[in-house]
Amino acid sequence: MSDQPPRPATVRPGDGAPLDPEEKIDIPALLKDLELYRPRRHGWHWREPVPDQKLFKFRYKETSKGLTNSIPLPAAHYFDFIDPQPDCVVTTEIASGRFEDDIRRMRMAAWHGADHMMVIRTAGQSHMDGLLEGTPEGVGGIAVTRKQVRATRKALDLIEDEVGRPINFHSYVSGVAGPEMAVMFAEEGVNGAHQDPQYNVLYRNINMHRSFVDAAVAKHVMAAVRMAQIDGAHNANATAVEAWKVMPELLVQHAINCAYSVSVGMPKEDICLSTVPPDAAPAPCMRMDLPYAVALRDLFGEYRMRAQQNTRYMESDSRDATVSHVMNLMISRLTSADIQSTITPDEGRNVPWHYNNVAAVNTAKQSLVGMDGMREMVKIDREAPELKARVRELKERAVLFLEAMLEEGGYFAAVEEAYFVDSGEYPETNDDGIARKAQGGVAVGTIVPRAADYMAPVCHHFGENHLPEAAGGSAARAGKACDLIGGCTLCDADKVPFIDELDPEDNVNTRLAQTAELRAKGLVKPEVEWAADGWVVVTMFLPAAPRVAEFAALEFGKAMNLRDCEVINKQVMHPAEGSLIELKGRLDVVVDPADLVIPPEPEVMSDAEIKAFVTEKGIKCVAATVGEDEHSVGMREIIDIKHGGLEKWGFACEHLGTSVPVDKVLDAAIEHAAQVVLISTIITHGDMHRNAMEKLADLAVEKGVRDKVLLISGGTQVTDELARSWGMDAGFGRGTKGINVASFIVKAMRERGM
Amino acid sequence: MPREDTYLQVRGHLAELSDEELEARFWELAQRVVDPLVELARTHTSPSIERSVLMRMGVDSPTCMAMAGECEKRGLLGHGAGHIVWWCAGEWDVPVVEAARRLAAGEGWDAVAAKWGGAA
Repeated sequence: MSDQPPRPATVRPGDGAPLDPEEKIDIPALLKDLELYRPRRHGWHWREPVPDQKLFKFRYKETSKGLTNSIPLPAAHYFDFIDPQPDCVVTTEIASGRFEDDIRRMRMAAWHGADHMMVIRTAGQSHMDGLLEGTPEGVGGIAVTRKQVRATRKALDLIEDEVGRPINFHSYVSGVAGPEMAVMFAEEGVNGAHQDPQYNVLYRNINMHRSFVDAAVAKHVMAAVRMAQIDGAHNANATAVEAWKVMPELLVQHAINCAYSVSVGMPKEDICLSTVPPDAAPAPCMRMDLPYAVALRDLFGEYRMRAQQNTRYMESDSRDATVSHVMNLMISRLTSADIQSTITPDEGRNVPWHYNNVAAVNTAKQSLVGMDGMREMVKIDREAPELKARVRELKERAVLFLEAMLEEGGYFAAVEEAYFVDSGEYPETNDDGIARKAQGGVAVGTIVPRAADYMAPVCHHFGENHLPEAAGGSAARAGKACDLIGGCTLCDADKVPFIDELDPEDNVNTRLAQTAELRAKGLVKPEVEWAADGWVVVTMFLPAAPRVAEFAALEFGKAMNLRDCEVINKQVMHPAEGSLIELKGRLDVVVDPADLVIPPEPEVMSDAEIKAFVTEKGIKCVAATVGEDEHSVGMREIIDIKHGGLEKWGFACEHLGTSVPVDKVLDAAIEHAAQVVLISTIITHGDMHRNAMEKLADLAVEKGVRDKVLLISGGTQVTDELARSWGMDAGFGRGTKGINVASFIVKAMRERGM
Repeated sequence: MPREDTYLQVRGHLAELSDEELEARFWELAQRVVDPLVELARTHTSPSIERSVLMRMGVDSPTCMAMAGECEKRGLLGHGAGHIVWWCAGEWDVPVVEAARRLAAGEGWDAVAAKWGGAA
């Protein structure tokens, strides 16, 4: 367990109240006093590695400081609930369009191990010349505004205190307003950003001169606050016709952004390459992508790797996407990753949903921890002929690409000649790359030469700047450029202006008002991205061909009272025998927890109390899996001392084995004078579990021992309620531990005076 | 014009390079590609850059937008929007934020025209 990140010595105006893990984050309270809030720190936070970390009975080679609050992987209960945190930062990308709902998702993701919250921008913002203000709703991401950024950073301060690890907040410094976005991010404590002028040029058709001129100023400001920068090269992979042919160009794109960033003053250690294994199965993707990963790390050893996951070949099947991602993670572990990005496994079919962000974070955590230290035993064979030749070839092809660009007349000329995103593997070309005109694109003709007296009286300004002699000469000598104006916003946070809302309708207050009643009364309604959106998914197998199944599923959705039904995934099991369908729809039903009858959680006693009672009474148990059922693991978990079962407290257990007839079990109990009968029933076909329980209870009555024995059944489909209704004294389902059963036995025997 | 994969024919001059020499060549070429871009950026500005200067001076975004627009309209962006605001603040003896507000509202440009030219 780690220490909390340092908190400011005193609570400052605008700070939020600490979070209580038992309570939802209070969004309206978070929005109070936002104008007074100032970020507590700037710059990126890398995880703190703990070499040779010992957790439970294991040693880890590639983990970092742990969390004070987290949700471990599902199997962690076998391992003392440890939650090892990999050495690399783990990203989650959030794009719901409503920051107030994104914040709740960030909190969930942080509890599962995400410490890099990447907020996607609303569609079209990159073409907006200037900044937006307020909290308008976005499409496929939020409108990145000061208020939304500030509220989110404020929430992340509270969340990082709750989980015990600093959280990086990230968005985009691209588009036509890059320098302004960079300044706003620097002022607001944003920790990382995408910045790559090539992205503007190729994918947003923003004028190339404007893009590079703006980028220099933006990067210089980012560097001033040590924001981490991620480039945009992965987009070439996502848009390539044949992704395996784009590798030489990817190397070139990374190099251009890296060399440009360093030239305008960004430290290499803050520059991250957005790199993705380009291919996916059924291609032999790992053999194709590994040489690329190696060539990249050879060439860019001084830079950081942000390992992205493949989206180019992502379909609507979340299992398929998850397997691709695990193979991507294996490449990360075999080579290196400083930031491990995660793509939600539903991105191929939805704007991502809450629980899929968590799923993706867990895929990364599970894979990285599972492969911990593997590279000490499994190494890439740099001398393997195919790998060696291919690594060299990729580097040579990239060099040939750069040589040709220079011959062509440089970067701008090469873009005009459609060098980039061509479907051929350079020097092969299919003449289908993206061509942009140097004198074209959005914001063409908007850059102007700096005049001989050009001056900007602020700090961290890139380029020619003729500061007046009177105010500090060539300003560096006498102090800061902003001394001319008594301080700039990067030196004095109190100078940062704050605009609340500009639009009286399209803002967070009107959105929150729509769900105010649910929040006030604590009502529950399903949701996937926005409070009370009502979306649910139903999985069904239909014995029909896919097209028939799809339309039949829509009818089933209607019959289930779902609105706006849509099939989000279908998979052929067999062309005639049937199809798997995943259907989404909206459920307009609200549940008031006050109306629910929820049985209390079973009490658990102390080891000492159980042991004392068992020793005093000399309790004997007879146990068996009944019926034609060969499952034995569950019963062993409940009985065996090595699994923390009943034997641990001194219960004498006679395990009769599997597929035991019910009457044999009762006979054995009578023979051993056992006070407890335990039966395991896993199989439920034809109500086998019910029949076994009822038969056992009836026999006990017939033989006159019903008041001398406790009858207990267990199994994955068993509930206490069902078991009692079928004549048992108790039933135990999935997740039961020996302690639950032992506690019940002691309590029941006391109550009955046994 | 589409071109077949000529890799084997055109790689001759790289074949003799060691891996280290090849990597050094890669970075030398990358630097040559970006050098003129850096020079372009060093000597030019844009409306967004000037707005980012005004922001750093404490001016809110709608005012930045209007002020940079006024400069652009008058062909004065190349002197620096922040420069003009700073100079006017001195002339008028007001805080820079107030000077930016007046200029953004189209006021006081006669003084600017007297110094730098352009329409008042």
